[in-house]
Amino acid sequence: MVNDYEKIERSAALRSRVIKVIVYSLLIFWGLMVLFPFYWMILTSIKSYASYNSEYIPQFLTLSPTLQNYADAFTAVPLAKYFLNTLIFTVITTAVMMIVIIPAAFAFARLEFAGKNLLFTLFLSLMMIPNELVVITNYVTITNLDLRNTFTGLILPSVTSVFYIYLLKENFSQIPNELYFAAKVDGTSDMKYLLRVMMPICRPTLVTIAILKIIECWNSYIWPRLITDNEAYYLVSNGIQEIRENGFGRENIPAMMAAVVVISVPLVILFLIFRKKIMAGVARGGTKG
Amino acid sequence: MDNKNNKAWLYLLPAILFLTAFLVYPLIDVFVYSFEEGYNSASQTFFGVGTYNYSYVLHDPYFLRAVQNTLILVFITVPLSTGIALLISVGLNSITKLKELFQTVYFLPYVTNTLAVGLVFMILFKKTPYTDGLVNLIINFFGGSSVDFIDGPYWAKMFVLCFYTIWVVMPFKILIFTSALASVNKDYYNAAKVDGTSRFRTFMKITLPMISPTVFYLVITGFIGAFKAYSDAVALFGTNLNAAEMNTIVGYVYDMLYGDSGGYPSYASAAAIILFVIVLTITCINLLVSKKHVHY
Repeated sequence: MVNDYEKIERSAALRSRVIKVIVYSLLIFWGLMVLFPFYWMILTSIKSYASYNSEYIPQFLTLSPTLQNYADAFTAVPLAKYFLNTLIFTVITTAVMMIVIIPAAFAFARLEFAGKNLLFTLFLSLMMIPNELVVITNYVTITNLDLRNTFTGLILPSVTSVFYIYLLKENFSQIPNELYFAAKVDGTSDMKYLLRVMMPICRPTLVTIAILKIIECWNSYIWPRLITDNEAYYLVSNGIQEIRENGFGRENIPAMMAAVVVISVPLVILFLIFRKKIMAGVARGGTKG
Repeated sequence: MDNKNNKAWLYLLPAILFLTAFLVYPLIDVFVYSFEEGYNSASQTFFGVGTYNYSYVLHDPYFLRAVQNTLILVFITVPLSTGIALLISVGLNSITKLKELFQTVYFLPYVTNTLAVGLVFMILFKKTPYTDGLVNLIINFFGGSSVDFIDGPYWAKMFVLCFYTIWVVMPFKILIFTSALASVNKDYYNAAKVDGTSRFRTFMKITLPMISPTVFYLVITGFIGAFKAYSDAVALFGTNLNAAEMNTIVGYVYDMLYGDSGGYPSYASAAAIILFVIVLTITCINLLVSKKHVHY
């Protein structure tokens, strides 16, 4: 009896160990699949042009790393300019969006007015409109307003997001009413209440929304491509496409990879700092894929 | 009371202005464009009203090629990425050591620039006079012969596009699946364990029904996202997707609007509306199917 029991227990332990090995190999395999392109991009970016092109069989390591490609990336193409453009675009778009959506969310969450529910339903139904449908007219509008190749033209169509208004409204609504009435009794104005009470309480949500918007801006490609054809206004996505098609000469892949590293680094750093916030925010309502 | 009303509208004013100008008006306008025949973007005039734009688009070989590419991409990548993501998430959910590290790594592609990382995939798959590329090296190692995945045969290009698309969409799916799996009540598993239920049966009879709403949410968003594929293809094959035979429906819309073949907002509108109708139909079918199989 005792022997049988031990046997069963031992085989169960063995089985769970085998399963564990399989699970970890699967997870490690996918981890390598994700990381490998990043490794390859960094590795290639520090290989010299001559050594990269002489490798018929690509080497997994390099013994003579060089930073020359990074220098080339900044001098041969206006990478710094693309970078600055993207930074300006991202900061202004995110800031203006916050200014637009915070009062709207506040009105829906806190103020009473005729037609509130109807308007909110209308707002929610706007979430279903796909970007591809409206981009055509927006393109024509911006062109007719003579705003192509300007920051205004780049920024204007992307400063509102119905989804973020909704997210923020839900968060604002969770603040107990008593707080508002107490503030009213003390003679606090609505604006002051929003700035001094609601916004500090909802800071985590505000930060999450801002970060998600920053990621979206940094990676945006389609709208900037439509609206800019002057290199002076290219964002990094368009810049990298331009580099791929006309920069460096097609074969200077190490310099191209250096540019790719430079473009990727800011968001990776942002992600590592705000990892939990970003992942929680995306789980609550980001979409991609 | 009136004062109160006015104040609320004042708070809402900026949002309403922007939404009207860049979302509501364009939505109406795109339908108008799509029925205006012979629209000239320089003089802003048109000949008549009718369905010619639709019939032009539906007979354009480039559009048909784009539809074919998009459909192949959708029906390969959505089931595969959802399945693999589920597998990985179940694995992730069963471990405790290194869990956070894996989660962090898996999420990385979400925050990277699609265009930039696409270039890395391009050099990994591309065959040039100097080198066959790393992927071909691996193929050679297993006894196959080199293929040019970027400028070569159609199936090879489609393979890279599907591969890269799956790589890009995985982070979102894994994230959503892991949080769904973590929220399944542990009592069910303990009860199953007491009954001596096998792992596979536990998964099929408890886990899968419990997370079925999540599975369908990801399938639906996956379909919608894959139908709008565009930047991934640009990253791999460059902006001239028609020449590469790798255009997608969204790519067709933008090519009609802008660039060397551009200047036809009417055709672009018609194509965009056709895309919207396809997506809407597929989403409705998905919802009908999910009603039968999802347990809320």
